[in-house]
Amino acid sequence: MLIKTKNAWDISENNVTSEKDYFSRRDFIKAAGLIGAGTAASLSMPGSALSQEKLKTLANEFDGRDIQDEQTDARAILNYNNFYEFGMDKDDPAKNSHTLITEPWTVTVDGHCENRGTFSVEDLIDFNNLQERIYRMRCVEAWSMVIPWVGVSLSEIIKKLKPTSNAKYVYFETLVDKKQMPGQNKGIIKWPYREGLRMDEAMNPLTIMAVGLYGETLSNQNGAPLRLVVPWKYGFKGVKSIVKISFVEKEPNSSWMRLAPHEYGFYANVNPKVPHPRWSQASERRIGDFRRRDTLMYNGYGEMVAHLYDGMDLRRNF
Amino acid sequence: MKINPRRLLLHIVCVIPALWLFWQIWLWYNFASHELTANPIEYITDFTGDWTIRFLLLTLAITPLARLTKIKSPKYRRAIGLYAFFYGLLHFLNYMVLDYFFDWPLILEDIFKRPAITFGMLAFTMLIPLAVTSIKFIIKKMAANWQKLHRLIYLITVFAVVHNYMMVKADVLIPVIHAMILFGLLGVRVFLSFKKRKRAMKNI
Repeated sequence: MLIKTKNAWDISENNVTSEKDYFSRRDFIKAAGLIGAGTAASLSMPGSALSQEKLKTLANEFDGRDIQDEQTDARAILNYNNFYEFGMDKDDPAKNSHTLITEPWTVTVDGHCENRGTFSVEDLIDFNNLQERIYRMRCVEAWSMVIPWVGVSLSEIIKKLKPTSNAKYVYFETLVDKKQMPGQNKGIIKWPYREGLRMDEAMNPLTIMAVGLYGETLSNQNGAPLRLVVPWKYGFKGVKSIVKISFVEKEPNSSWMRLAPHEYGFYANVNPKVPHPRWSQASERRIGDFRRRDTLMYNGYGEMVAHLYDGMDLRRNF
Repeated sequence: MKINPRRLLLHIVCVIPALWLFWQIWLWYNFASHELTANPIEYITDFTGDWTIRFLLLTLAITPLARLTKIKSPKYRRAIGLYAFFYGLLHFLNYMVLDYFFDWPLILEDIFKRPAITFGMLAFTMLIPLAVTSIKFIIKKMAANWQKLHRLIYLITVFAVVHNYMMVKADVLIPVIHAMILFGLLGVRVFLSFKKRKRAMKNI
């Protein structure tokens, strides 16, 4: 459970990653990069952590103090990614995503809303109101991480765009550009990568649009400049490098639903009791751990989201 | 015993992947930088699985290669087959020990409920009698039955490739290549036996 009644005075000292930690981590990463060994080497590439800007965040009720689990090593978060736009292997995004140009960046907004049009990242995100949110991330492949994201509640963006009553779902698309995203030369997925949320899921305070990670601007391999984070759902719902937001009436077909409809559903809520057809979802391996641990219902966020699915058959709506 | 330099070279080449893997695991164990990614156990699963299939396909390739190059008795087939078993054993142990750490309820659920795992387990189980009966003394003792038993290698390789195909999430390119090589090798065998039969008919 994340929310906890908090006292105003303990805000700053609970700030997740202290300045000192932050710099020592940077030094550590830099040192590892200079040794040049394997996984750490790609950190010194342009567009990744070392060239990132430090982001200022405000304290918030989701600052992750209740997450007892240790945060995942930044090197793992930066080098172990599923982002097929840059290749199929886990270390491909870190190696290949330097070709992505995130400035300038525009997002097209259309569908059932008042403020349709083309927006810059700054139009959508209030950079004076960023929050750090430490969330568990559970991949459908049964591994997990604890990630300190920086971003804003998606609800804040949605309120700015003023959806009409016909808007029942929000739909997202990733950039399509074979030059910037060399993995798109392979037709694994019918590009663009597509995802969607039901309106109440999108408005839930846990859902964020991330622009940063570990206190810095989001690195390309993690979905810069805008990436969705929905912590009670499997990681693939977190659509990266978003260029399109549509407010739609019908349940959108996500990329994974198109690819294997009997294996991936629209909801994709973390659920240890509903196995993937080819593997169990009852347990997971936290990156950095040796042994598996039990997977939690709704990834441990049930108190905030279980009501969204009252009365639904979760085996059918997987 | 005389050491055959070619045989020695073969063994060195075949153990290199395993030695590399053990070295990387040693680095991981010592918190040094390694090549096993942030999720080493999954990397070990893929690595050992891929090498098992490569050695299985190579085992099946020996006879057709020997025929094409007109070498009478195919050499090293037994050794390469045993390496397929060796890498399969590493793959199996990684699953049982490192990945699931003898979590029997989950393992049994996997084996009986998930066809992808079932195929893999069946393939490995059938490899065990083939490995055991590869001792020279047993080969002699079994005589004609040995050949019959070892025909299982075809089924094992088919099951292993099906397992490989079913375990992949999105990019089926590698398992499809494995399947194409397998079909090719089986095709060559059908062709060769057809030719043999034709020749036998002529001689009647």
